[in-house]
Amino acid sequence: MSYKILYYVNQFFGQVGGEEQAGIAPFYKEEKIGPAMGFEQLLKGEAQVVGTIVCGDNYFNENTEESLKFIYDTIAAVKPDMVVAGPAFNAGRYGMACAGVANAVIDKLGIPVVTGMYHENPGVDQCKAKAIIAEVTDSAAGMRTALPVMAKIALKLLKKEELGTPKEEGYIAQGKRLTVFADKRGSERAVEMLIARFKGEEFETELPMPVFDKVAPAAAIKDLSKAKIALVTSGGIVPIGNPDRIQSASAQKWGKYNVSDISELTGGYYTIHGGYDPVYANEVPDRVAPLDMLKKFEKEGLIGEVYEYFYTTTGTGTSVGNAIQFGKEIGKELKEAGVDGVILTST
Amino acid sequence: MKLELRKVKVKDIVLGDQMKFADGVLTVDVNGLIAALKDDVNVKEIKIDLAKPGDKTRIIPVKDVIEPRVKVEGKGNGFPGVTTPIEQLGSGAVNVLDGAAVVTIGDIVGFQEGVVDMWGEGAKWTPFSKTMNIVVDIIPANGLDPHTHETTVRLAGLKAAELIGYAAKDAVADEVEVFEMGSIFEETEKYPDLPKVVYVEMLISQGLLHDGYIYGVNSQQILPTMIHPNEEIDGAVISGNCVAACDKITTYQHQNNSAILDLYNRHGKDINFLGVILTPELTTLAGKFRTCDYTAKLCKSLGADGVIVSEEGYGNPDSDLLMICKRLESEGIKTVLITDECSGWDGMSQPLADTTPEAVAVVSAGNVSHVVELPPADKVIGNAKAIATLAGGWEGCLSEDGSMKCELNAVIGATSEIGYHNLTVKLY
Amino acid sequence: MVKEIERYGIPIVHMSTITTISESVGANRIVPTIAIPYPVGNPSLSKDVETDMREKLVKRALTALSTEVTEVSYF
Repeated sequence: MSYKILYYVNQFFGQVGGEEQAGIAPFYKEEKIGPAMGFEQLLKGEAQVVGTIVCGDNYFNENTEESLKFIYDTIAAVKPDMVVAGPAFNAGRYGMACAGVANAVIDKLGIPVVTGMYHENPGVDQCKAKAIIAEVTDSAAGMRTALPVMAKIALKLLKKEELGTPKEEGYIAQGKRLTVFADKRGSERAVEMLIARFKGEEFETELPMPVFDKVAPAAAIKDLSKAKIALVTSGGIVPIGNPDRIQSASAQKWGKYNVSDISELTGGYYTIHGGYDPVYANEVPDRVAPLDMLKKFEKEGLIGEVYEYFYTTTGTGTSVGNAIQFGKEIGKELKEAGVDGVILTST
Repeated sequence: MKLELRKVKVKDIVLGDQMKFADGVLTVDVNGLIAALKDDVNVKEIKIDLAKPGDKTRIIPVKDVIEPRVKVEGKGNGFPGVTTPIEQLGSGAVNVLDGAAVVTIGDIVGFQEGVVDMWGEGAKWTPFSKTMNIVVDIIPANGLDPHTHETTVRLAGLKAAELIGYAAKDAVADEVEVFEMGSIFEETEKYPDLPKVVYVEMLISQGLLHDGYIYGVNSQQILPTMIHPNEEIDGAVISGNCVAACDKITTYQHQNNSAILDLYNRHGKDINFLGVILTPELTTLAGKFRTCDYTAKLCKSLGADGVIVSEEGYGNPDSDLLMICKRLESEGIKTVLITDECSGWDGMSQPLADTTPEAVAVVSAGNVSHVVELPPADKVIGNAKAIATLAGGWEGCLSEDGSMKCELNAVIGATSEIGYHNLTVKLY
Repeated sequence: MVKEIERYGIPIVHMSTITTISESVGANRIVPTIAIPYPVGNPSLSKDVETDMREKLVKRALTALSTEVTEVSYF
């Protein structure tokens, strides 16, 4: 059978015109327009481009909703197996439009999208996790080399064949770190890497160092004696019995527990954290999450109040992605509850 | 130092009424072994079972894996300082029951125990699906505190390996591996032009189920120390069953430390292997600074041109690993790290808890959060339900039909950071 | 988690032992603590001494929350 592909291009590649036509609304033609023509020739009859949507870059970025609605309607009528957009090279607005199309089509319809961009195109970061972006040159002069790469990737995806590494296939890494089997065991790879370094040969690290972003510090609490303080821990302190079944490592969730009626965690709480010796925390869980001290300070008037809920999860082996999610969810609740400051303890 | 590992290939194992090895078949004296292990008052009951490669058998919760051996020349049979009197290790000859392993299971002590599947999908993920396993199920006396419970099962496993090892006492080796290395001056004189390499083996040293032991000394209590590679191969270092199952260094992996073996393999050819530094991963910041400084200083004092550092565990030890790397690289010592990563179920997360620009050469042994689906076993040795409580499992991850989903976290040796297994991570 | 909560504009203090990690991941207010298994405690101390130490440590966290900072700061 032959797969059906819907193609998306901007006003320029849609042969409508240049910058002065960037405001045109999308239209659809049952033809192969611009790059769609060369693209289809590379599919060797295994798939066909059924038609092309042309849309002005400014129009898309300024009227995204209307543009997407047009695309959804076209897809509903044409029923393609895949959408191909661009390549956008280093054209920023075109890249953003391709990314917008890609994210919407993948999220809403679950149809795969292949596009092509120069690695610095702002559209890359918008959609690389979802779409497959062929890495192309910064100008349309690279069209001749871009299309074969995109076509090869498109056919593999359509035929549900496994895509190789970004380097092998020529696409921009999606940022997924996948566990695979290597030919040699880890220690041998390490020894070879070291010897390569001694010989001044090229070597490739298997784990480029992560880059963590920064957040500007929030303003300080002006008057502690009126402040509402919340206690949060990643030390896995939970009510005895672990009612919410929080994992002992690699947490998938967090818990919150009402502590307004207790003066310490000792007695009713313990740790389920799998990353440290739990004996001392089980004796006195306040050694990990010092609720007793905060309650004492509340009584003495040093702080206004201790927020009625205590938040907890397990830090060990928990992916940064999940930790970010937990932080967002917990932070939102604390913000809505009018909490003035947070103490977060880690083990 | 010269050590010979005389390997007798174990082709099959059977349960019987005497310890013996003949024609490639290891017979385990079940009653004798049980009686000997029950000699410890803290042991209430012992059960022995077998699991062979290809059997549709699941073993859970696994605490440690140990290779059965017997010393036939030189001193120091068993595990000196732990199960036998202290002796200097590293010389002589050892008969190794190659292909056999003692696997300890029993009531959960901590969350860091794991699973070994002997067949199919699960077998791919653990190196201990390829060994003939003698599974020792240890039921401790009632009311033991956690630390005593851990010690009890640790010692029982080591003792079992020692007792089974005697079966090979008079066996004829199928293959002999010789490990010989003189002092670093002698070796440097022999290989003046080869780059000098030190192996730094980090040992988790953080309390219950988190300690390594060197000649019986808890690694928590040491400054980084240098040992001859032969000593570790000869049984000087044992596991305290640390951290998650996937990257704990089991005793078996110390006895067959792949980083040591692969460095030995290149010794005199591409490198001059100077020795092993054992470095504890501590729980205080001052402790971490001290051990990292000390480790870098030892490497520098030895004149190392390059260092391989292997981690044990993840999370806070990532910080130790990178601090050691930073210190070594800033001294001009080329450093390669072996670690694993916590990139989340989807592989989209930051892989490490810490970061440093000096770490330019890193081997990744896999993502501990990678989820695997394991089909139901015909036979479960131990308790399949334990998976819900282990690191890498969760409530509901075991289905009624006996299949289960878990992270590599729970699979013994899957992401070994001494590079014992062959997983890696690729960016897609 | 620290950073995501701070993004809501709520000051947050990270009480952690391995402050190298806190700093790498972007905490702004840090109180170094005792040890991983007992950040805000020390079982080797007598009860009174431990209580006193714990009280001072948590007070430091409150000081951190009520102090303006512009960059990573230790309390």
